[in-house]
Formats: sequence, structure tokens, C-alpha cells
Amino acid sequence: MSTCCKTDRRYEELTAFIEGLPDKKGELITVLHKAQGVFGYLPREVQEFVADKMELPLAKVYGVVNFYSFFHMEPKGRFPISVCMGTACYVRGAEDVVDELEKQLKIKVGGVTDDGKFSLDTLRCVGACGLAPVVIVNGRVYGHVTPSQISSILAEHADA
Amino acid sequence: MADVKMHILVCGGTGCMSSQSDKIVDSFHRCLKEQGLEEEVKVLTTGCFGFCEQGPIVKVAPDNTFYVKVTPEDAEEIVAEHVIKGRKVERLLFVDPETAEHVADSKHMEFYKKQMRVALRNCGFIDPENLGEYVARDGYLALAQVLESMTPQEVVDTVKKSGLRGRGGGGFPTGLKWEFASKYQDDQKYVICNADEGDPGAFMDRSILEGDPHSVVEAMAICGYAIGASKGMVYIRAEYPLAVSRLRKAIEDAREAGLLGDNILGSGFSFDIELRYGAGAFVCGEETALIRSLEGERGEPTSKPPFPAEKGFWGKPSNVNNVETFANIPVIFLKGADWFASIGTEKSKGTKVFALAGKVNNVGLVEVPMGTTLREVVFDIGGGIRGGKKFKAVQTGGPSGGCLTEKHLDTPIDFDNLIAAGSMMGSGGMIVLDEDNCMPSVAKFYLGFTVEESCGKCTPCRVGNKRMYELLDKITSGRGTEADLKLLRDLAATIKDTSLCGLGQTAPNPVLSTLDNFRDEYEAHVKERRCPSGSCKKLISFEILADKCKGCTLCARVCPAGAISGKVREPHVIDPEKCVKCGACKDACKFGAIIKK
Repeated sequence: MSTCCKTDRRYEELTAFIEGLPDKKGELITVLHKAQGVFGYLPREVQEFVADKMELPLAKVYGVVNFYSFFHMEPKGRFPISVCMGTACYVRGAEDVVDELEKQLKIKVGGVTDDGKFSLDTLRCVGACGLAPVVIVNGRVYGHVTPSQISSILAEHADA
Repeated sequence: MADVKMHILVCGGTGCMSSQSDKIVDSFHRCLKEQGLEEEVKVLTTGCFGFCEQGPIVKVAPDNTFYVKVTPEDAEEIVAEHVIKGRKVERLLFVDPETAEHVADSKHMEFYKKQMRVALRNCGFIDPENLGEYVARDGYLALAQVLESMTPQEVVDTVKKSGLRGRGGGGFPTGLKWEFASKYQDDQKYVICNADEGDPGAFMDRSILEGDPHSVVEAMAICGYAIGASKGMVYIRAEYPLAVSRLRKAIEDAREAGLLGDNILGSGFSFDIELRYGAGAFVCGEETALIRSLEGERGEPTSKPPFPAEKGFWGKPSNVNNVETFANIPVIFLKGADWFASIGTEKSKGTKVFALAGKVNNVGLVEVPMGTTLREVVFDIGGGIRGGKKFKAVQTGGPSGGCLTEKHLDTPIDFDNLIAAGSMMGSGGMIVLDEDNCMPSVAKFYLGFTVEESCGKCTPCRVGNKRMYELLDKITSGRGTEADLKLLRDLAATIKDTSLCGLGQTAPNPVLSTLDNFRDEYEAHVKERRCPSGSCKKLISFEILADKCKGCTLCARVCPAGAISGKVREPHVIDPEKCVKCGACKDACKFGAIIKK
């Protein structure tokens, strides 16, 4: 990861965003959303950069990052997989779907495959309860998923 | 421009969108263009119709034909048959499971018959991205009337008189809340909309924001006028991209039309709205935590008093209401407080939107008058339990609520009755469970959620819930004892009594209500090491009945763990050491030779 040089275009984009704010007060979460959008995740270097630009202690930035589940400090796979673990999906068997994904990908929830292709997460309710259980792979929604469909769903996502 | 003769409404709610309803829209545009009908027939993407089970849904107006499970390819047939020849496409109509007849108009479907749409009045009827369509259905009329002819106190009094109570979960009287906020004077006050719907299995607020965002914008402006605030903040889940973009557009359009901003409609009243993103923290549904998060901090609750009405966002008087509460406001002014108060029960007025899901036939978004019974919702509207299974419980109130059983089915739903029955209204998630769901496991599921979402500020919630989770894990994996059941109760009482905020105080509810209503199931787990619903994997085993097994080898072939062995035409056996208890063999066996114990 090229987080070494702050002349990176991504840092420039983030700087421009922060400087464009009418007032920095209370905007830490807004800035972190932007930073995660630009970098894909929030490694220590990015948090240090945000702390510096927002004139806040690093501890405060870190405290906010690790409080909210939307922010993550590790990169995701190229094809992030999210399994809905809302109650509707849970009662219709989402747990078995997670088990099967863990088995086939050989990673646990929160992990990334060795080749960096897939990452696996659970999330709380997509709001498509009529399709329960729901799995989202790289933005594509799969409904009524059963463990036996997992291998074919994974096979659909070949690297371009 | 030719007159528009027909409208094709395509559901753009999350459920239908997930089934590619956007492609259906594209397909309609293409087909209509090919036929040269694009001027006469207008295609609209609307908010949620509610009948998610049958999605994607397409409605053709003016004759209100309701097509279900539509695919992008079906658009061609609908255009060729319905639009051009005026013949309904039978195969895409809803089939009533009772009579097996095709039903074309949603009015005649059981799913809609007992519903009453107040908060969802525009969802599925208008293009949420078009201000003109909202205005055509009396949108912003309430705001105009309020600004022209009412004093702020009269506005507060009207909301008080309507009897509206907060739809976010607590059920606090909305008018009273507005009155408190109106009494505190300061140079700046705030109206805050809680759109951070975090209850797993609930999507009411999201559907309102996606289907009728202007109703929330209008209501916030009315609230601003009532309490003397010129700024509104919407705290919205970042995981709801569609809701975010539609609300953002609604705010911009309203601003453009002079319905937000300085001197609205020449009244001298100014009000504007800003969006802030949540970042995934359930505790932020608690208003003091939400305010901390709006300020860019960790969303930890603070003690009340001071209430937000006195010291809220940036220490200024603030009023926090949830999306559905706001969605009710414009109607109260259009139809009158008396009209609103005439709906519902003595202490709970109006309607409530529920996200009905789980093991029920008709999953969807339903809105019913307060006082409707659970039985009507689950069996009449919801169409009963899937696959002919037996009803076991209905869970309301999400992680703060409880499980209600058969004996509660005839209880009229309102804020107070649900609390009396050991659950709560919550934000409106309603999950139906059947005989295959294990209640200690369901309690464990909710506790797992609470443990993850506890902000950690106070010990009873941070540590106590974790201990309860561990006890439930012990019980569901067959290591529990009777003493654990007592310990669960003691812990639950302590956590309820000593937690700071609503999250901690209500976290033990799923455990307590299942302990109360399904004691025998807990006892089977701890005394007999048995899971009556057969879902706790550590407590079940699969066995092949030698006398029924034909030796067809199918089970051995489907077994993912290679745990089944045997020769062709001879009874097979399962190696319990290797078996992962997935049940694939049982599902595959054509002779009913495999049993679960």
C-alpha cells in the first residue's frame, strides 16, 4: 500500500475536502466517511493525517474510528462479501450461509482471503427482508440464498 | 406534448431494487419507445408498495393492475398486451392462496384489506424524486397553512391533541416533546430527525425516506416553526445510499422551490436542513448518543436531565423525532387532530408501520391502525406461516423487545399492551418464528447483537450482557445447568436496573420474555440436553434407519463432510465424528430414512 508519501493524489483529495468545509467543528465523522471513500479503509497513516488536518489528538480520531462499525482499519477484498444477519435473515438460516462461506473461503467473518480476492463480513439488515437470507457480493444482491448455492455464487466473481 | 394516458409504477424500494427493478424500468422505457408510446405512457420509479414477498412489483394506472414478481423480460409483454391491447397479463397477477384466483387490484388482496396507510400514504403512489407529485397530493399544504394561519403554540397544541406518540420505540407523546423544546429560549435551536434505523429486521423508516422523502422535510419545517428552530439536522444511516440520495434531492428541490431556506412562502420564517451520516452504531438511536454522534464524537449516551429539549446539539435546545413520527405530522394538519385521534386505541392513536418478516408467507411493510391484533397482522395480512409450519412466536421491538406467543395473539397492538405482555413496540420490526426456531438461540442472537453494540460506557451493559451471552451459549451447546437459568434472571434484573440508557435497560428483554414464555424449552436444553426445535447443532444428531434405507447412495454423495458410508443397495451409516449436522442428507433422502434426533 502506498501510504508513505503524502503527495499521493488521494491525500490531496482529502485535504481539499477538509479545507472546503465551512467549519471543522463536529465534522470528524463526515471527514472519516470521505477518507474511507477515498482510501477504501482507514489505516493508521490516514488517521494520523486526519488528526493533523482536523487539529485533533490521534487518540480521539482512533476512538471514533473504532466506535463505529462502518469504519474499518483493514482493507477489504476486491470482492467484498456481506451476509445480512438481520433477524429476518437469521431466522431463515443466514447462519448456515455464513458457515458455508467460512468453510469455502477458509476465512472467518472479518477476514480476507490470502489472495486478497474475497473478504467476508456480516451486516445488520439490508432492508430486503422479503429476500431473506440475503448475501451481497461486490454490490450485487443475492436473495433466498442457501448453503448449496455458495460455490456457484463465488464462481460468478472471477477477476477481470 | 401528448396527454399522458397511462402510468406504469415500478417499485424502487430496496427489496425490489435488489431484484433488479431498475432494469425493469429500463426495459419499459425501451419497449415504449419502440412502440412510439413514450409520450403517452409514463414510467415512474416509486417507493415501496409494501408487498415485498411478491416483488418486484409493477402497477399500471389508471386501472390499478398490480403485477407481481415481474422480470425485465416481462416488460415487453405488459406493453404489448396491457398497454396496447388493454388485456391484463394473467400470469403476472397475484394468485390468492385461498381461492387460487387471480387478483388484479391490490384493494382486493388480503394483504392490503386490513391496512390503513397514513405514514405510508404516498409510498408507491408518487415518484419520490419529483416535488410536483408530492405537491399534487397536498404536499406542503400543511406547512403553508401552519405558516399562514397558526401560532407556534397552536401547532404544538394540535400535535398534543392528536395524541401522536414517538414511533422510534419509546412512545413518548410528540406534542409534549415539542412543547418542552419550545419553552427553552436560545439564539439557536435545532430540529433533529433520527433516520439511523438500526433495529435488525426493520426497514420502515428507510421505506418512508425512499418513498416519500418530502413528507419528512415538510414535517421538520413545521416542527421548526413550532419550537422556534431555524435549523434541521437529519442523522441518517450511511448504509442507506438510496434513502440518502432521495432525501438529499428532496431537500435541494424544496430549497429551490422556496419551501426551505430564508423567509419560507413569504412568512418571515426561515428553516433549512442538513444531512449527517451515521456510521453504524445501534446505540445512536438513543437521543443523547445520537446528538454526540452528530457532533462528530463517539456515540455514547449522557444522563438525562438535562434533556435535549434543554441542552441538545451543541448545548442548544433540540427536539429529536424519528422518521415515521415526522411522516405522520403533515396529515395531522391536513385532516385534523380529531381525525387522527379517532384512529387507534385509547392511549395509542393513529397507525403503526411494521416490517413484517421471518417465517410468514407475506413478508412486507404493513401499516395498521393501533389496536389491530397480532393475529390479524400475522395471519390475515401476513397470510400465516410458511410451508404449513406451526406458529411459535412473534418478536417485536427488536433487541429491546420480547417474544410473544400464541396466548398473546388476540392482544390489540398498542404501546402499553405490548409492554404489559413483556415486549415493546420498538421501531416496528415484527419477526415471526415457527416451530423450527429455538428460543434460547433467538435470545442468544439478540444478546450477540447487544454485546456488539453496547457502547461500553457503563459496566452492567458492557460486562453483564456479555456474561448473559456466554450463559446462553453454554445452554445452547448443551453445557448449561439449572443454576444458569436462575443466574440469567438475576443478571437480567441487575442490568435492567443499573444501566444508564435505554439500550442497556432493555437488553435483557429477549432473555426474560423467552424464559417466561418458553421455560420448558430452556429446561429441555439444560436437563435433557435436548433442543426441542432441533436447531442447536451441538444437541442434535442424524441417523439412518436401516429398515428404510435402500442404499441408493444419494446421501453419501450430497454429504459435504464425507461422513456417510455404505455399499450400494445396503443400508448406509453416518459417522457422528465427521458429521457437521448440516441436514443435507435428510433433505436429499427420498425414502424418509434419515431422522434428526
